[in-house]
Amino acid sequence: MKRPLIYTGTMLGIVGGAFLLMNSLPGCRPGTTKTVVTGDAAAKVYVKPGTHDEFYNFVSGGFSGQLAVYGIPSGRLLREIPVFSLDPESGYGFSEETKGMLSTTYGNIPWDDSHHPELSQTDGVPDGKWCFINGNNTPRIALIDLGVFRTTSIIEIPNSAGNHSSPFTTGNSEYVVAGTRFSVPMGDEAQRDVPINSYKENFKGTISFIHPEPETGKMSVAFQIKTPGVNFDLSHAGKGPSEGWFFFSCYNTEQAYSLLEVNASQKDKDFVMAVNWKLAEQLAKDGKGKRVPGKHHSNWWNEETHSSETTVYDDVLQLDPAEHPGLLYFMPCPKSPHGCDVDPTGNYIVGSGKLAALLPVFKFDKIQKAIADKDFEGEFAGIPVLRYESVLHGEVKKPGLGPLHTEFDDKGNAYTSMFVSSEIVKWNVESLEILDRVPTYYSIGHLSIPGGDSKKPWGKYVIAYNKITKDRYLPTGPELTQSAQLYSIDGEKMELLLDFPTTGEPHYAQAIPAELVKPREVKFYKIEENHHPYVAKGEKETKIERRGKEVHVWMTCIRSHFAPDNIEGVKLGDEVYFHLTNLEQDWDVPHGFAIKGAVNAELLVMPGETQTLKWVPSKVGMWPMYCTDFCSALHQEMSGYVRVSPAGSNVPLTAQTLSVDAEM
Amino acid sequence: MKPISRVMIALAALSLLVLLVAPIWRIDLQAPQYPEGLYIQIFADHFHGDTEKINGLNHYIGMATIHDEMFPEFTYLPKVIMALAIFGVIAALWGKRQGLFAGLITLTLFGLWALYDMWKWGYSYGHDLDPRAAIKVEGMVYQPPLIGHKKLLNFDAWSTPDIGGWLLFGVMGMLAVVYFLELRELFRRRDAKMNT
Repeated sequence: MKRPLIYTGTMLGIVGGAFLLMNSLPGCRPGTTKTVVTGDAAAKVYVKPGTHDEFYNFVSGGFSGQLAVYGIPSGRLLREIPVFSLDPESGYGFSEETKGMLSTTYGNIPWDDSHHPELSQTDGVPDGKWCFINGNNTPRIALIDLGVFRTTSIIEIPNSAGNHSSPFTTGNSEYVVAGTRFSVPMGDEAQRDVPINSYKENFKGTISFIHPEPETGKMSVAFQIKTPGVNFDLSHAGKGPSEGWFFFSCYNTEQAYSLLEVNASQKDKDFVMAVNWKLAEQLAKDGKGKRVPGKHHSNWWNEETHSSETTVYDDVLQLDPAEHPGLLYFMPCPKSPHGCDVDPTGNYIVGSGKLAALLPVFKFDKIQKAIADKDFEGEFAGIPVLRYESVLHGEVKKPGLGPLHTEFDDKGNAYTSMFVSSEIVKWNVESLEILDRVPTYYSIGHLSIPGGDSKKPWGKYVIAYNKITKDRYLPTGPELTQSAQLYSIDGEKMELLLDFPTTGEPHYAQAIPAELVKPREVKFYKIEENHHPYVAKGEKETKIERRGKEVHVWMTCIRSHFAPDNIEGVKLGDEVYFHLTNLEQDWDVPHGFAIKGAVNAELLVMPGETQTLKWVPSKVGMWPMYCTDFCSALHQEMSGYVRVSPAGSNVPLTAQTLSVDAEM
Repeated sequence: MKPISRVMIALAALSLLVLLVAPIWRIDLQAPQYPEGLYIQIFADHFHGDTEKINGLNHYIGMATIHDEMFPEFTYLPKVIMALAIFGVIAALWGKRQGLFAGLITLTLFGLWALYDMWKWGYSYGHDLDPRAAIKVEGMVYQPPLIGHKKLLNFDAWSTPDIGGWLLFGVMGMLAVVYFLELRELFRRRDAKMNT
């Protein structure tokens, strides 16, 4: 009677087993990713209209080559400062005065890839005076004066390629560093023209120490250290007990030169390089360096003449570590270290092996002991390699996937970005214990805590700079906005507060309390301190002058007219230079200047400033010019004409100035 | 067998033909950077979905690429499915219980073989990694789950039957039910005979 049940029961058992198995499995289906924003996040980022943010956030534009400024916690974009790229909006790189800022030994370079902003420091604490930023592609460092929020100095780095591990600063901004992401052959032409497969033999790196003059911000290469041919990635200065040392992460110790994604990822450990920069400084001072070829430009913005000045250097002081033992040491660091970060006490150095499953933390006194004891596990290209175990404070186990960068709060905690697992992981520097983790959307690169790489972090927020946004914002075709995310870190747990879109690629950023920057702000340039060679300090000083084919116009602007406003006698084949002085002496009254057919850009001239636009008319006729910055109720009336006559014409050169206070 | 049983067997067998055009299995992947998810559907003769994207990702960890040509199964699987369907139709026409039994066993064996085959591919994909891979995590293997969920580095992976898979189970269930009913009928008659 029961037999059929047994037979078929077995059958059903086999067949239905899989069914039941699947239905009983938990999490059988993918769920959807949801962002949990809890509590009063909105209130925490709300900055009332008319009130100021608490922090400035200086965010690199990455491939835009510029530097963007946001307010934190609101995430409001305040300015985009032109640095390495042309900016037709302000005339930066187009006006005769600013062109020279982009001057290099390769000519005027209109673009770069700017990665790491770094605020100047006093006693290891950001002081709000300057912001440095590196140019990756054509190796340069720029200095932005935070009094005017303008690029006021750019230096080209000689004997370098791929200036990535830059421009991190020493505790008193004695130096900012530059390093070579790409090793290259150096020297004369014959030494530089070598086969690619002679990489190991001929390719070298350099670490340059750039000195900004404290008063002027003029930059020069103080000295340069020659290094083995590896790829330097990031760096940070020691502080406190480790003051006087600098740490650089390096990958591609395989010294591969093709298919790096595979060939430069083979070794279990690469290096963090420790540089005794105090020793290097002393050696340089004692004349132990050699002047080697290395032509480079240093461009500086003279605020008195409102013009750039370029100094050309032919050589550079170089130190060879082979001749100076004790200058460089390598510390093994798991798998292609990226970030190289020093904690606020200066005792701990965190290397982030981006392909490693752990985070090594090195201890400075152990490094010193290993050096003293000659506790080496070998050498690499003649540089001693310290024993890993001897210099290690400990390892953070399984922190996450793809650790990139670490910043610190003021409570002894570290925050590390995880690119692959797309999260921020909080851990204790002393105990190496993981305390919290929070997802980022998506694929975080750098992260930033105000003062988070200095001696004094203001540990209120951490900001994530993400590489992709996907579905986070309204879609805008194939190219989507880039994005940052603000997290509160003043509690035990990190808490997501805000997403905000950014310009360019928000690569790295620094943040500083607004109170340290605000008092420095210049509101306008004093007209009496204007020493531009073509300044017109009043409408009486305006004039027009022909010098052969060149026509120079000393021109002024004030609400709401140009003086002169009509010009006749310009001929085809002439080059016209409009030297425009903004006579306003009040805050927030720039004037713009545009003329039809200008193949360069406009001018945006700040009060008390003089800027020059070169214009080459291409056709006979009347050419209107006008103010582009809405300056007053009569802004639309702020215009004029230039009459252009044929080449052989005998129309006399005249300028018409019928203004309120001019006696012409 | 009763006519209704034979009709059901024939229907079940013919519905196997759906496996020729419908996805049989699917693997879903989700990671923080892929909120929309990545998926692969396995058809009788090809893959469908994000194989190229997945290949692109897998090269970091040294996993072999996934291409239709690499799977000989795709050449003979449609034939096997057709054979199974024809077998079923013949069993229905023949009308003997032995035929049904053989069909049920064959189908079950087929299902088990398919699962084993999938596991085997998963194993070799997850274990045979390029030693030169950029990312090597000690002790980590990337074998996808056979059924259900598994965490593979930053990815959550789910493996579940798709339309065809569910249909296959359905057909097996249906045949099993028919078989049960037929056996019950048989034993009932035998018992009735013995009692008389």
